[in-house]
Parts: sequence; structure tokens; C-alpha cells
Amino acid sequence: MVTPPPVTPRPVVPTRPASGGAAGGREGSTASITGTRRERRRTSLFAHGEPMVWVAGGSLCLALLMIAGLIVLVMSQGFASFWPGAITRAVLDDGTVVMGEITRVESVADAGAAEDPPQRRLLRTGNFEITQEHFRWVDDSEIASIETPEDAVLLERLAWGRFYGLPVAFEIDGGIVAEGPEAAWASFQQHHGEVRDRWDEARHLEHGEIGAVNAAIERRRLATRQVGLDSGFGSPEYAAAQGSFAKLDAEQQLIYDEIQGRVMALDAENDRYRLVLATATGHRTPIEVASVVRAVQPNALGTLGRAGVYVARWYEYLTGEPREANSEGGVFPAIFGTVLMTMIMTLFVVPFGVLAALYLREYAKQGVLVSAVRIAVNNLAGVPSIVFGVFGLGFFCSIIGASLDQVLFESSLPSPTFGTGGILWASLTLALLTLPVVIVATEEALAAVPNSMREGSYACGASKWQTIKRIVLPKAAPGIMTGVVLAIARGAGEVAPLMLVGAVKLAPELPFDTTAPFFHLERSFMHLGFHIYDLGFQSQNSEAAKPMVFTTTLLLIGIVVMLNIGAITIRTRLNKRFGNARI
Amino acid sequence: MTPPTQTPVASDATAPGPARLATPKPGASLGGDSNAPRSASVIDSIGRKEFVEPDIHDEMHAADAVLEIQDFCLHYGEAQALFNVSLTLPRHQVTALIGPSGCGKSTLLRSVNRLNDLIDSVTTSGDMRLEGDSIYGPAVDVIELRKRMGMVFQKPNPFPMSIFENVVYPLRIDGERNKAVLEEVCEQSLRAAALWNEAKDRLKDSALGLSGGQQQRLCIARAIAAEPEVLLMDEPCSALDPIATGRIEDLIDELRGSYSVLIVTHNMQQASRTSDFTAFLYRGYLIEAGPTQTIFTQPHRQETEDYITGRFG
Ligand SMILES: Nc1ncnc2c1ncn2[C@@H]1O[C@H](COP(=O)(O)OP(=O)(O)OP(=O)(O)O)[C@@H](O)[C@H]1O
Ligand SMILES: [Mg+2]
Repeated sequence: MVTPPPVTPRPVVPTRPASGGAAGGREGSTASITGTRRERRRTSLFAHGEPMVWVAGGSLCLALLMIAGLIVLVMSQGFASFWPGAITRAVLDDGTVVMGEITRVESVADAGAAEDPPQRRLLRTGNFEITQEHFRWVDDSEIASIETPEDAVLLERLAWGRFYGLPVAFEIDGGIVAEGPEAAWASFQQHHGEVRDRWDEARHLEHGEIGAVNAAIERRRLATRQVGLDSGFGSPEYAAAQGSFAKLDAEQQLIYDEIQGRVMALDAENDRYRLVLATATGHRTPIEVASVVRAVQPNALGTLGRAGVYVARWYEYLTGEPREANSEGGVFPAIFGTVLMTMIMTLFVVPFGVLAALYLREYAKQGVLVSAVRIAVNNLAGVPSIVFGVFGLGFFCSIIGASLDQVLFESSLPSPTFGTGGILWASLTLALLTLPVVIVATEEALAAVPNSMREGSYACGASKWQTIKRIVLPKAAPGIMTGVVLAIARGAGEVAPLMLVGAVKLAPELPFDTTAPFFHLERSFMHLGFHIYDLGFQSQNSEAAKPMVFTTTLLLIGIVVMLNIGAITIRTRLNKRFGNARI
Repeated sequence: MTPPTQTPVASDATAPGPARLATPKPGASLGGDSNAPRSASVIDSIGRKEFVEPDIHDEMHAADAVLEIQDFCLHYGEAQALFNVSLTLPRHQVTALIGPSGCGKSTLLRSVNRLNDLIDSVTTSGDMRLEGDSIYGPAVDVIELRKRMGMVFQKPNPFPMSIFENVVYPLRIDGERNKAVLEEVCEQSLRAAALWNEAKDRLKDSALGLSGGQQQRLCIARAIAAEPEVLLMDEPCSALDPIATGRIEDLIDELRGSYSVLIVTHNMQQASRTSDFTAFLYRGYLIEAGPTQTIFTQPHRQETEDYITGRFG
């Protein structure tokens, strides 16, 4: 059976040399215990802990693998979506000609498992107004000939999505000024810049100056109405206010007309320029130059040129406004909305959460009631987020918002100001949602502050609040920041409750602008998370939206990472300041 | 005011102290014999939870008291930890509190500045008086009271802030902002705690970066920064190496004469070296208190002698 262990029991040596007297008796009893020492078992495999190392390490690897897989998927898809692909022109067996970018290649599922399974490609053909489709599947088997024409042009337009074609001519005022692919393309390049500048100027006038005029008129109208509400609609004050309002209205109308005239002049000038393109089927289509956001000849571009287009598209994406039902253009309003909402949320949730945790841990008498509250708070984290959304809608929008409207914005009723979803209510709802995270993290951090520090402070004659302020909170600050990081990550990625309390598909204005009071927290806003949902599941052109879903996800992750890096930097500073080694 | 025994005890105890403790002295057996029946009854009465009259030497009564503990009892919930303790703390002298582990030394010390108020289950009876002012009276401002005492804990507990801020913490909480005052107090306290030379170039560094012994001296500096009337020390050297211990003993030696110190220690030699008076606590009862020299050479009670010579505890 088991061979005797190689290590023979050592001779029993008394730990201390026995001495006489009373101590001798004690030594004697010790010796009798060691004298009957039982044989030692060999250390088992589990005692060595090797298997546990493998199990623990394996679990970590599995978790990392899944996270890495997700990140790699999002990154590869997200980063690839803006790279301009080659434009392919294919002539099919039945004589139809299609042209566009190949976005996907698939094996056709076939019962006969052939060596070389037939493939089909998904072509982004664009030209929706002509063909009534954005994409088209083409089987490899039905392709007669395929080429990548050097001149092929991709237009990204303000409306109708992309256009693929070959340049034919360039028209000014309906008269052809350049004929042939090269000449037409050259004239287009020459005029496109100035046309776009004029377009920008016209839009700027429309949004900025006309917007200001409208805002002024609206303000006066509301003020007049308020006079009416205050002193009665039949009163002389109201009549006077109406009179001055009419005067102002007339003045503003003049300004409005003048600006409108300038806008129309710019648009009329732009309207003179047209690029004529031939579609795959040879159909001549004049395109207004003003409606072209970007025109590329990808087949003629080298890697560097394509990289330029790639960067330009990213730039537009990060700074521009969305168009084409959000599937094209930029997401700046959504970035802005996400960041602003997360910040307002943090502003609310951190003080409240920290104070609540302080009371629970430092002031309240620990007992059954406090434990019950603690369990309740922890369980709050398990309530589905949509429930918070419903609560936010019911409580913040309908009760608080509606009451605010009654008091402060009476004149604009019945159209609600605060009585409907807005960035403030969304932030508050998310603050409520992330409150348990902050409370739990803060409580942990407070509990980790050694009691000896508190006692030391009390012994110096400090009051409770002084002890908390000077000793406990600084010591717990890094732990509290961990809670803030978690809350930001949770809050920035949440979508469901936002759909109820203010996130919209397309917000007409940012919640921040240059007219006082600058922050318009009652406004609805765009949010990247909601944008992803909208793109992925509500879009007409879902095939085109798909890469954008990944790009937007990538962006959202990037923003959360950035916010967290900010919080972690603060935490590291705090750690350094208080000499804690823990990071 | 100052008892004449002060200097002899200190100098006497440092040199032959250890040797004297190791060997039973000739007079002890005689005194022990005469006290034996009485001592046995003391242990028995403790076992029966009866009142035990502490043996307080006349020198202790004669000394000018800064702190008087009067018939003080303390319960942790149901369990009683202190039984009718009555003791005086002589002014500007070092008084050592000795006794076996769990006998209530820390409890008594923490009762003096009412740190036990932080524990919900604690109930007390009896009173203490600091310079005649009641400590446990109904109208006492605990915060003001604590400001009159400094406390050094068993384990160093520097605050998570710079060395400078640690030392001037008691002034900061009083709202002192004058930089010159703060700097002066900081330097004085650090010098008194024998830490100035090591810390003067790193006053702005975190106190948590100091070594254990340095931290303990920092805590002492903090305790004396506000110039307290009483300095309470709970085994200040238990976590320190012999060199740091020596420095802190030297420091206590220097504090004598300007501070009234109550120090808990497990180290008989330390008690005999540093203190002028010694009080022996046993299972929550004060057994004997008197001049250190007498307690260590001719204790009146058998238990005291047994404990000091290491026969129990
Ligand atoms: N917070 C507490 N709650 C309940 N009982 C306590 C508490 N603190 C101390 N005790 C009990 O009170 C008695 C005295 O404890 P104390 O800490 O005063 O002993 P000590 O003399 O300081 O011992 P040591 O020398 O080991 O530090 C002990 O029996 C201990 O178990
Ligand atoms: Mg103790």
C-alpha cells in the first residue's frame, strides 16, 4: 500500500530546555503532548493549491476572452465602416448593369456541399430615387463581366443617400460648360468648395440669425400673454403690451425678410450648378452640386487618398449633425447629449449618494432598521431600468415638471416646458438608477476606514463632523471615486429609461447654446445609446445603418472609457496624496 | 508640591531595576507571609464579586492630584469591566497602570477621555474629576473635555495627511490658521517627540510613509501639540523595537515635570524605569497603587508581588 513517507519523524526535541520548579511541571506536560505525535499525512494536491490556481486563472481567461471578443468585434466593424471601398461595375447575364461598393460576400447555402460553394455579393448601389433600393444581392454565377471603372464617382448627399455614377458633364444655368468624365470632374471640383461655403452660410443664417429673430418674437409673445394672464385679457395693460408687441413684430419681420432674402439669393446662386452623372444603366442624372456633401472617386485614389477620405468622414461623424434618418452624417448632438447628461447625473448622484452612505455608516445607530435600509438599497440596483424610466416620467415630468410649468412657464401652456421629457429629468432618473452603486461603494469605503483613525481624531477633541470631513472622507475618497466610475459606466450606457424621459431620435437644438441662460435643461436631447437602438432597429435603410451601429457603439465605449479615465485620474491623485498604495 | 521621592525613584529604577525584578528580594517572603491570608481573601472576594478595598499608599493620597477617579464602574452590556475603581493621578508625574491582559487597563484609560462613549453598549457609574471639573457630569462638553487631554494609542494611528497636518491637527480643529503659530507648534512638538531631525525635511509628505516607530512618535507629538493637562498612553511601545522603545521612554522621562502622564504597560521593567507611581489592576479591580519604588520592592499585597515577579498573569 502506501510506502512510509521518506521523511521520518524528527526526534522529539523539547522546545525549551526544561527547568526546575513550578515551570518544570509545565514543560513536562508539553513533552507528553509532543511525545505522542501522530504520523503526519502527506500534503494533498488540494492543499498545495495547484488546481485552484488553474481554475481561477481559467475563469479569468474565459472572462477576458469574451470581453476581448466583444471589443475586437466592435473595433473591427466600427473602425472599418468609414473606409471607402472600390466601386465595382458588374454586367449580369441578363444584360442588367449594376454599380456600387461590395459590402459583403456570402456563400450561398447549398445542399450539395460543393468544393467551391457559389458565392453572392451584396452591392451598395445607392441611387435610391431611381432604383428604389439601396442594396442589391448579386450571385457570382450570374455575373458576365466585372470591372472597377477609374472614373466612377461616389456622392454622399444631403438627401436620398449615396449616388454612384460616372461623370458626364458639368452644367451652369442649364448650359454645359464641361463635357466628358475628366473635364466634368475637374469643373465639379473647382466649384464644389464655393457652393458648399454658400450653403453653409445660408444654413448658418437660417439657424443663427433667423433663429434669434424667432426666439425674440416668441419671447415677446409669451411676455405679452403673461401680461394678459396677470391683468386680464381685456385690461389696458394687455392692450398696451399687444401694441408694443405688434410694433416689435413688424420690426423683426423686416429683419427676417432681409435675412430671408440673403438666404434665397445664396440658394439661387447655388442652384445654378449641376453635375451630370450617368448611372450604371446609362441614365443621365443631373445632381445639384449644393446637395453633395462629399464626392470621391475611390477607384482613382491611392491608399493615402482613401485615408484622407476616411479621416474626413470620421471628422464629419464626430462634429456634424445627423441626416438621412441618422444613418448618415455625424452624431455630435448625441455625443454632446450623452456627455452632458452623464455629467449632470454625476453632479446629482455623487453628493446624494455620499451623504446617504455617510448617514447610514457614520450617523445611524447600527441595527435592524439600518440593515433593512441597506438591503433595500442594494436591491434597488436590481430593479429593471425601464421601471426607473416609468418612475421618472411619472414623477419628474408629470408631477414636478408640470408643477414647475404652472408656476414659471404659465404663458407658454398648454405646450409643456419642463412638463415633458428633457435632459434634466433624464439625468435625475439615471441618478436615481445609479444611486445604489454610489451608496454601496461609499459605504464599503467608509467601512474600510480604520476605527483607530476615528478614535485618534476624537481623542484630539474633534467633533463628529470634523472627523468625517478631515479624516474619514479623505481616507475613503479613492473608494468613493471607484463608485463614481461604476456609476458613470452604468449611467452612460443606459438606454431604456431614457426613451421615456427625454432622449429623442433627432433633437432640433442642443441643450446648450449661446442665448441666455445657455443651459436649456428642459430640452430633449440625443443620446448615443438611443442612437444605436434607433439605427439598428428603427432605420429604413438597415443595411447601411449596420456599420454605423458598430461605429456608434465604439464611440460610446470610447466616451465611457474617457469619462472613467478622468475619474480614475482623480482617484490616483487622491491615492498619491494620502499615500495609499492601493490603486 | 513635588514629592521628594521623584528623582530617587527614576534614577534608582533605571539601573538595578531588571536585576532586582528577576530575583525575589529577601524581605518579600517575610512580607508575603504576613499578608498571605489577607491576599487569598482578596482573590476570593473578587471571585465572589464582592467589593474589594484597594490598598492605596499614603504617598498617593498626599500627592497633588490632577485627575481623580471616584468609585468608577463600567459595564460592556451585561459584563462588568471595571469595579469601583478609585485612583488619583499626581500632577506632573508619570503613573503606570499595570495588570494582566484583559483586566481593564485600556478600558480605564479610555474612560478618562470618554472615548468609551463611542461604544453603544457601555454604561458607567461613578465619576472622574479633571482639576475638580466633573468628567461624567450631565452638562459636560465632551469635546472640550477631550481637548484637555492627549492620547496615544497602542497601535500608531497617524491620519491620512501630511506629517505637518498630523501634528497640528488639534489646533486645526480649533480653527487655528496662523501659519507661524502652526509651524512653531509643529516644530516644538516634533522636537519633544524626538522626531524633528528625521521629519523636518519631509513635513509635507504623507504621514503614512513613516516607519512604525516614527508614526508612534508622530502620534505622541500630536498628543502633546495642544499642551494637554493629562497625557494618556496605552502601551505606546508595544509595537516598537528596543531602540524606538528607548527613545519613547526617554521622551516620557522628559515629559515628566510638565505633563501628568497615565501610561498602560505590560513591561514591568518599563513601568519601573519610567513611572513615579504604579497602579495594579486585576480583573477590573484596583488592587494596589503607590510609589513605583514601593510597589516594586515592598508591595503590600501578595497579588501585586505575584504579578510583578511573573508568578501569574
Ligand atoms: N468593546 C468591547 N465590548 C465588550 N467588551 C469589551 C470591549 N472592550 C473590552 N472589553 C472587555 O473588557 C475587558 C477589559 O478589556 P481591556 O481592553 O480594558 O483590557 P486590557 O487590560 O487593556 O488588556 P490588554 O492588556 O490585553 O490590552 C476584557 O474582558 C474585554 O473582553
Ligand atoms: Mg489594552
